Amino acid sequence: MKMTMLKVLGTSALLSAMSVSSASATECIAPANPGGGWDFTCRQIGNILYEIKAVDAPVRVTNMAGGGGGVAFAHVASERSTDADLIVAASSATTTRLAQNAFAGLTADMVRFVGAIGADPGVIVVAKDSPLKNLSDMVEAIKADPGSVAFAGGSAVGGFDHMKPLQVMKAAGFNDITKIKYIGVDGGADAITQTIGGFTQAMTGDMSEIVGFIRSGDVRALAVLTEERVPGFEDIPTAREQGFDVVAVNWRGLYVPKDISDADFNMWAERLQKVADSDQWKAAMTENGLAPFTKVGGDFQSWVDGVIADTVVLSKEIGVIQ
Amino acid sequence: MDILSNLELGFSIALSPYTLMLAFIGCFVGTIIGALPGLGPSNGVALLIPISFSMGFDAISALVLLTSVYYGAMYGGRISSILLNIPGDEPAMMTTLDGYPMAKQGLAGEALVISGVASFVGAFLATVGLILMAPWLANVAYKFGPAEYFALYFLAFCTLGGMGSKNQTKSAIAACMGLGIAMVGVDELTNMQRYTFDNMHLFDGVDFLVAIVGLFAVSEVFMFIESHGKNSAIGVKLGRLFIPWKLLNQTKGAMLRGTGIGFLAGILPGAGASLGSFLAYVGEKAVSKDKDSFGKGNPRGVAAPEAGNNAAAGGALIPMLTLGVPGSGTTAVLLALLLTLNITPGPLLFTDRPDVVWSLIASLLIANVMLLVMNVPMVKVFVKILMVPSWVLLPGVTMIAFVGIFSLTGSSFDMLLMVAFGVLGYVCRKLDIPTVPIILGILLGNAMENKMRQAMVLSDGDWTFYFSSPISISFWIAGILGFVAPIFLRQYLKKPPQPTIDED
Repeated sequence: MKMTMLKVLGTSALLSAMSVSSASATECIAPANPGGGWDFTCRQIGNILYEIKAVDAPVRVTNMAGGGGGVAFAHVASERSTDADLIVAASSATTTRLAQNAFAGLTADMVRFVGAIGADPGVIVVAKDSPLKNLSDMVEAIKADPGSVAFAGGSAVGGFDHMKPLQVMKAAGFNDITKIKYIGVDGGADAITQTIGGFTQAMTGDMSEIVGFIRSGDVRALAVLTEERVPGFEDIPTAREQGFDVVAVNWRGLYVPKDISDADFNMWAERLQKVADSDQWKAAMTENGLAPFTKVGGDFQSWVDGVIADTVVLSKEIGVIQ
Repeated sequence: MDILSNLELGFSIALSPYTLMLAFIGCFVGTIIGALPGLGPSNGVALLIPISFSMGFDAISALVLLTSVYYGAMYGGRISSILLNIPGDEPAMMTTLDGYPMAKQGLAGEALVISGVASFVGAFLATVGLILMAPWLANVAYKFGPAEYFALYFLAFCTLGGMGSKNQTKSAIAACMGLGIAMVGVDELTNMQRYTFDNMHLFDGVDFLVAIVGLFAVSEVFMFIESHGKNSAIGVKLGRLFIPWKLLNQTKGAMLRGTGIGFLAGILPGAGASLGSFLAYVGEKAVSKDKDSFGKGNPRGVAAPEAGNNAAAGGALIPMLTLGVPGSGTTAVLLALLLTLNITPGPLLFTDRPDVVWSLIASLLIANVMLLVMNVPMVKVFVKILMVPSWVLLPGVTMIAFVGIFSLTGSSFDMLLMVAFGVLGYVCRKLDIPTVPIILGILLGNAMENKMRQAMVLSDGDWTFYFSSPISISFWIAGILGFVAPIFLRQYLKKPPQPTIDED
């Protein structure tokens, strides 16, 4: 009883503290512990927003870890749905999890996706001595014997890295995608080690994860999954120009609460556009291996809806969701 | 030379005034933590991790601070062993055997100096060993696939359970508990939730820092409540301190032998510092001519285990940094720190983050020199601190535990979970079930399960894949031997008498 009282008191104190501060300053929730990609998004965007005077006061960053972003998502959807001074860091992982119902029944329409201002391009790489010379070689090898090419990636089964080769194979007209071998390891570097060591035949991941290994010559990129070739890596062909229409990028962006006014939503879209155009953000992108990828406002929301719909279809096919 | 240029890089980061200050604070706090009975290195480091996060340290600063605490605790453990006959931490247990008798004979100062120097020799040489061996070990990265990792984790559980504890069954039970707790959360291979009861706080699994602080620090508070803080008065007078060159010269052989044995014990995944000091003591006794004087205040009986446990502390960092497999309870806690900092230890750490590795190594060297200075001329300061009554200390520990965890996760659920782990730790200690295998299980459980299932994916379900390479086969054999052999060896290698607390 006493415990419950204390909890209630604590919660209301916390909430009142939040509402007081949110009246004066923007809050950015990073749905993970300090140090990861979401934390980076909040801190960079927050700093730049203040530096370019898009907001009046420094942006406060709150880390709200748990549930792979689900705790923060639930918090925003249920308790902060009208807070116009709240932004939340998001990425492809957010939409993948929403599509796969990994947030305990919460759905993507409980928030509004306001924009992405950078992306880590998806890549498929092989060891330098691999017999696979281009994406067609890989596709043909899998068509001939699906077990002959095992992929390693930094995300779990059904996660974003797993989806990339599946999308390529689907684009090539191969529909038996459950036959494709994939193991999820601890991050891209680990996936590359497995590939160089010959335990898997190819690695699927993000550009930022492979930059060091591409430069050292240990791996060869078969394709980058962007619309255009990536600046600085012009010698890596896109999947699209090799005849497989797949674009998969790990975008970095924000969502905002659902019930804010359209004016507020558009204001955030404009602010985000300003950040995207700033020199500070361009420098931050180069430092962190991100490629330009700016989609804001209504455009971004409809693009996200499309991505989620595609992910649902693929996830059902590989049996990650029913 | 590669190593020299790397070291230069390390020192260029470690020698900044800020990092030096952190190392100094870490050494000082660590020595206190080590010296205070009950607050061992695992507890101390576990307690400080959340705090160092809430202070907003970057990866290198946090690592330097906490590894300094780790090394400091290894030095500090001997102080209460010698003066109180209570080991400040578990690895310092062997030091009580000859340290306390020396102190009773009025040689407390000599014992403290010898053990301080022995600690320095052990830790310093082990750090050099780390420098030489770690990059070499890091090169084997490409030979490790899922099957090899699975066998390696198996080896870690076996050696920890087999050699690090007194009862195989109980440590196996503890490891299973840890593995069970690790299953909580979203299963990475199927995205299904397991044991989460639709509670979103459990989706990510149990945070290992919550478990560690609960199992180590909070359970310590419960133990204290039960004992009403007995056994904290200093029974031995400490006279003037001077450096006994003659005794140091006599014990230098013991220090070197202890270092060698301890270092090798430390490298064994899962074995750790307690085994290092134990083997160093037993080994020293076996080669000496005056076996009877051991246990009655033989300086070599102080030098060997102290060199051994500090060398093991350094050695234990090798499997932790290069393979991601901790060699002891404290390195398990440090592994948790690295993971929380988004640094994945493993073979790639040395190529990906040379700044982290080499500044860590450089600060270990610096910390060692600092610790020698602190622990020989300034040892009296720590003796004074030892007199802090437990009723001040333990509430402080409780407060730091709660504030630390809350500032890290910001969730009241995790604080309740921490208390639950505290109760679990208390019950386990009452039942003589070691808690370190539980931590190891929570830390390695998911990785171990994933490797096992990855191996099955790659081999189309062929179980012989686990035994398909010489590396994995040798891990399996070493693991089984490490678990079973101590049962038989115990008959021949009787442990020396456990230290008892004198009532007078």
